[in-house]
Amino acid sequence: MATIWTYAEVVDAKLASISLEILTKAAQLGDASTILLGSAPDDAVQTLGNYGAKKVYRSADAVFDKHLVGPHAKVLEDLIKQHQPDVMLFGTTYTGRDLASTLSARMDCGALTDVGELEEQGGSFVATIPALGASYQNTATLVNPGTKLMLARPKAFEAKPVGGTAEVVEVAAPSDASLQRITVVDEVVQPPEGPSLEDANIIVSGGRGLKAAEHFQMMRDLADLLGGTVGATRAIVDAGWVPYALQVGQTGKTVKPSIYIACGISGAIQHLAGMKGSKTIIAINTDPDAPIFKNADFGVVGDVFKVVPQLIDEIKRRKGA
Amino acid sequence: MPTSSVTIEIDPNTKRVVREGIPKELDPAAASAVEEGLRLVEAHGGEVTVVTMGPADAVDDIRKALAMGAEKGIHITDEALAGSDTLATAKALAAAIQKGEFEIVICATEATDTYSGLVPGQIAEILGYPLLSFAKEVKVEGDKVTVHRQSPGGYQVVEAELPVLITTTSGINEPRYPSLKGIMGAKRKEVTQYAAADLGLAADQVGEAGAREKALTIGKPPAREAGQVITDEGDGGIKIADFLAELKVI
Repeated sequence: MATIWTYAEVVDAKLASISLEILTKAAQLGDASTILLGSAPDDAVQTLGNYGAKKVYRSADAVFDKHLVGPHAKVLEDLIKQHQPDVMLFGTTYTGRDLASTLSARMDCGALTDVGELEEQGGSFVATIPALGASYQNTATLVNPGTKLMLARPKAFEAKPVGGTAEVVEVAAPSDASLQRITVVDEVVQPPEGPSLEDANIIVSGGRGLKAAEHFQMMRDLADLLGGTVGATRAIVDAGWVPYALQVGQTGKTVKPSIYIACGISGAIQHLAGMKGSKTIIAINTDPDAPIFKNADFGVVGDVFKVVPQLIDEIKRRKGA
Repeated sequence: MPTSSVTIEIDPNTKRVVREGIPKELDPAAASAVEEGLRLVEAHGGEVTVVTMGPADAVDDIRKALAMGAEKGIHITDEALAGSDTLATAKALAAAIQKGEFEIVICATEATDTYSGLVPGQIAEILGYPLLSFAKEVKVEGDKVTVHRQSPGGYQVVEAELPVLITTTSGINEPRYPSLKGIMGAKRKEVTQYAAADLGLAADQVGEAGAREKALTIGKPPAREAGQVITDEGDGGIKIADFLAELKVI
């Protein structure tokens, strides 16, 4: 049976959802174990067991909170060399990318990012990877000997508890100062407006068609009325109209809300990559040939400055009724 | 292959920037990385060198960065490098960087379509530089580099000592437009070309032959079922409200 390891991350004092997603997948593919370093909630090991981990390699040492990359990569490298799992799975996250890229260079092996599906075929692990903004769906594998490093897209796999219990294997924290060159001196929490993009049920997104930063307020007004949150295309993030945290797309967030309302968004492949999984897509754009309409369940060819205010008024009217 | 991140380096004395993986147009993320290097040089002195790996026409993008104000360019180009995977790309870029004495290497976090996001971290590991990733703000004081690193719930303030490799997030700055003088001057600036052998890379380390990442199939995902598209005749907003009502959202 294949051995699949995952790297668990803690975000806002909770196990990250991506970490439970990849662990669920790992347990479906074989014998799953997880590495959990640094501070974590008290029930973290129990939760990881519940999502399929048979073993949790664990150190709660503060060195893992205080420093980035160095101590973590060292523990991963040593454990991988010792146990040689078939696959080491990370999330395509800030930390996942830092660690996988470091390990790839250190162990002279490949790594595949943005993995959307993973299966074993005749002893090799085949990843399905959306390319060119999900307009292609390619498969790829790693041919280096030894452990295969893979990074899964958030929300690619569904996290499902299986009701297991994990054995804890304590690992020693490396104390070598040369591994402590990157130091976290502060953590600043910036509370998002409304529900987070990844958790929102309704997202109202704006693109270049809004023409100016101040018109983004219209998106907020509509999102507030619907109890949703706002998203944006890379174009207007790059233009500085809204913060990067709102960016939906290949280089931003991947979202799967029930309803995605795209306003003044043409539907570049990079943007589609981040929102194509939405259950229902509504689009408003002046250009009838805009690619967004090919992906929309309901499209209105028209001026966002006319259609959106009318929609806002109409929702208010119906709510008032 | 169109590689995909930007590497810029700066040295406190002779600060220069290295930029890697430039797509057909100077990608806004790449331009931001160049811009960040130029700003550090303006504040601390030195010069910016831009590096890219890619086919012959990648030199056009080097010229764009030179027009913005970078002083030198490095162009890694070789048929043998076509089909390189992320690690081979990182090896080539790191080898080119090691030919100089750079103390800050800046790469864009996100750039082109084929971007894996791994190359900067691989370069950092090969160079032995601390990786300051996902920076939305960069500050250099003496030997100390401080960045605001994007995190899921805000940002972390992260420090390391020079030399470092920084990856910048898009929107870290507003890249400048090259001036006419800059564009004219760029034509006279030095661009060094390296082939794989110049970088000490054996043929079996790079290109298709050296790739550990193998593409198996290329396919199209199932298309979404076509929906209804109407043209606004003055009641587009109301029609959307009707549609939302059908979905029981309002």
